Amino acid sequence: MEMVLEREPSVVSERDLILRAQAGERRAFGILVERYMRRAYFAALGFVGSHDDALDLSQDAFARAYRARHRINPDMPFYTWFYQILRRLCFNFTRDRKLHRNKLRDQKCWIADDAAFRSSERDPVRLVEKREARELVRSAIEELPGREREVLVLKEFEGLKYREIAEVIGVPIGTVMSRLYAARKSLARAIEETTT
Amino acid sequence: MNDPNRNDPERVQAFMMAALDGELSVKDQAELQEMLDSDAALRAEWERLQTVKEVTTSMTYREPPEEVWDQYWDSVYNQTERKIGWLFLSAGLFVVFGWAIWRWIDLLLADTALPWIVRAGIFGAVFGGGVLFVSVAREKWFTRKRDPYKEIQR
Repeated sequence: MEMVLEREPSVVSERDLILRAQAGERRAFGILVERYMRRAYFAALGFVGSHDDALDLSQDAFARAYRARHRINPDMPFYTWFYQILRRLCFNFTRDRKLHRNKLRDQKCWIADDAAFRSSERDPVRLVEKREARELVRSAIEELPGREREVLVLKEFEGLKYREIAEVIGVPIGTVMSRLYAARKSLARAIEETTT
Repeated sequence: MNDPNRNDPERVQAFMMAALDGELSVKDQAELQEMLDSDAALRAEWERLQTVKEVTTSMTYREPPEEVWDQYWDSVYNQTERKIGWLFLSAGLFVVFGWAIWRWIDLLLADTALPWIVRAGIFGAVFGGGVLFVSVAREKWFTRKRDPYKEIQR
């Protein structure tokens, strides 16, 4: 079966990989990591806004998940379980950063212009205006409370549906929507304050 | 979404969020439109939220260098190995140094020429160190048990 894992890791079911990892097959857990590393990295990036920190935190979360692999329920989605470890690490990290008043390591680097949007905007003046608005919104996102920021990032940057967000963070859909509303209202206020 | 309490602010907010994210049914969309047509303040808020949505839609994560992914799993595994290494090293050093300190104190106390005040000092230091160790260990244990984010975890 090791041969199967080596050849076609994408076709091996998640349940199978979890069971093999629990049986001591290191490569099986490696495949799980490779499946979810981008998602985990970007989720952490949404929380902490720094490449180096997002990389450290997402890898630390996988390392913890590996040590706790015997507690994974193979019949449940791996990422939902893993995300609980990741978000806790990220919340702790942002709390500690606030306590110690540390600056972001590579501030302003976590957001880029969407390429499709850039090519669709022909008017250079409007392009500059939009870029300024994005800069404002980026700063405002960094000031959001952790719970609101989390929901906004999962919706806007990871493109999850409300039901999926509710599932990964373990709250009702109504709570997801109210947090999203609060977050967007703060961002709207940030834009308004600058334009008036 | 079919709550009879039509003007409930939370319901209106939920409608606006779902409409912005394309998760509102056609029927609810029509209802939201009616609300927006009849309430200028709500209309203004809706336009502000639409601007925010437009801006956030044009934003995306900055991609890290591609080589990050090549080394990703190896780094995770190395971290795990090092954590285990540190754990064994710390436990081993704790036992060895604990034993050495104990032997040293034992030898000192066995020295009959040692003045009683020094003996009392050694006893005080050992007792104080023990109390500090237990106190810190207990605090760490309780901090781990009580999740500071339980309201977030739910």
